[in-house]
Amino acid sequence: MMTPPATASVETSRPTLKQRLQRLSLGRWLVILIPMLWLAAFFFVPFLVVFKISLSEAMIAVPPYSPLLEWDPDSAFATLRVTFGNYLFLFESRFYLDAYLSSLRIAAVSTFFTLLIGFPIAYLIARSGPTSRTILLSLVILPFWTSFLLRVYAWMALLKKNGLVNDILMSVGLIDEPLQILQTDFAVYLGIVYTYLPFMILPLYTQLEKMDMSLVEAALDLGARPWRAFCLVTLPLAKPGIIAGCLLVFIPAVGEFVIPSLLGGSDTLMIGRVLWDEFFLNRDWPLASAVAIVMLIVLVGPIMFMRNGNKEAV
Amino acid sequence: MKQHSLALKLSAGFGFVFLYAPIIALIIYSFNESKLVTVWGGWSLKWYAELFRNEQIMSAAWVSLKIAFISATLAAILGTLAGFVLSRMRRFRGKTMMAGWVTAPLVMPEVITGLSLLLLFVAMENMFGWPAGRGTTTIVIAHTTFCLAYVAVVVQSRLASMDETLEEAAMDLGAKPVSLFFLITLPMISPAILSGWLLSFTLSLDDLVIASFVSGPGNSTLPMVIFSKVRLGVTPEINALATLMILVVSVAVIAAIVIMRRQNRFQKP
Repeated sequence: MMTPPATASVETSRPTLKQRLQRLSLGRWLVILIPMLWLAAFFFVPFLVVFKISLSEAMIAVPPYSPLLEWDPDSAFATLRVTFGNYLFLFESRFYLDAYLSSLRIAAVSTFFTLLIGFPIAYLIARSGPTSRTILLSLVILPFWTSFLLRVYAWMALLKKNGLVNDILMSVGLIDEPLQILQTDFAVYLGIVYTYLPFMILPLYTQLEKMDMSLVEAALDLGARPWRAFCLVTLPLAKPGIIAGCLLVFIPAVGEFVIPSLLGGSDTLMIGRVLWDEFFLNRDWPLASAVAIVMLIVLVGPIMFMRNGNKEAV
Repeated sequence: MKQHSLALKLSAGFGFVFLYAPIIALIIYSFNESKLVTVWGGWSLKWYAELFRNEQIMSAAWVSLKIAFISATLAAILGTLAGFVLSRMRRFRGKTMMAGWVTAPLVMPEVITGLSLLLLFVAMENMFGWPAGRGTTTIVIAHTTFCLAYVAVVVQSRLASMDETLEEAAMDLGAKPVSLFFLITLPMISPAILSGWLLSFTLSLDDLVIASFVSGPGNSTLPMVIFSKVRLGVTPEINALATLMILVVSVAVIAAIVIMRRQNRFQKP
């Protein structure tokens, strides 16, 4: 981390690249505005629309919700019709509260197991030689690129009553008759851990790769047992990677729809699935919007936290 | 230390088996002669032939490939601009907000993104009459938006790891910003843009949730067809389709890794 003083003084006396790019005005604003306007229009504004519709009432019409502003042709006045009924309904009904809590629980437990399985892999990759590192890293990235839907589907064939997992367990003699694994909460945990594992390994690896191994050696030389050295040296140094990995798994897992609907049972309650059903089956757009807004409020904390962590990492 | 590393290798080995066993099982079962997916009836390419004869799957695959190509291209352009702005421009009003808009889509639950975009499209249609109905256009807009974020992150981290002196030298020699970008910066980040494009292409090809919200009737994408079939259980045709998709993606990813490794010479020491 030592910077030779000569280069430092050169840099201060000369405008930096960023300062020079600052000088062009029209082109600069064009470059900034194009992606900015796209994101504003198709990422930010939609949330405002969802919030607006969450304040209206469902009705049989096209589109199926009541307008917030209603023109009265006789008096030429517009009346604002806002209802918090959808939110009240969410909080009064035990069903939605349970769905939120069970989503948070499923996401948290899966995140923990993803960390437990991902950490040794990330550690091994970070500690291997350059060639095997590239190969192992590619082996982690490859499933990440492969279709998410098809990877979930692959588990359906394995976990079925007459699937491979039950066949193996029976032939080994661990069980006498096939277990019901598919359509249970366990299958959902398994599916989340499986599909999100690369999201955990990659940030962990980035952090562990930067780590100075001589610190662990020093701890061992000073008489610490390997486990103690791991807890006192490696874990604290890996913390930013652990946090980043956990957030990358936890946040999307809370709103997961594909995994609970393919691997879970009819009693597996997750809020992403509830939102989907409200929208597609009940066609209650305002209630689905309210479900989305509450989910967003629950997740906004972790999302902000992740962004701050990102800023520090850069 | 020896014991420690054996335990480490065992647990990491378990992790890799866990990652690959389901995919390998899926590939093997795609060559199964028997219609009962779990009963082995000998090797056969029967289900591949069935797959290519299935018009519903083939037309959905064509729709998906078109959407993925257009979305990935748009996302590569917009995402490169966004990544460039975030790493090469000095602070400006709204930069923090833009950084947030770029990273948030990466973790946003898909049901929220899908629902919010659909409601936006409906509101826009009511106000301006565009987009008229939902279909390919709305799916392309939706996919471009979330893929843009991935491209921006890849490009941004590439630019952050690159030496600025080359660009500074070009400016010293009198290059205008536009030619600086096209002659120096763009060639240096082209591997990042290419891998961003490939990532966007596969993400778009794979998306079920967002496409289900923003597509109209008669515009089923491949994941939507797969999902409706798979919901009823495991089918041998989908096993064949999955094997083909895994094969194509593996070849593309390995190619991308090789390209990235060969282009690593611009990195900061």
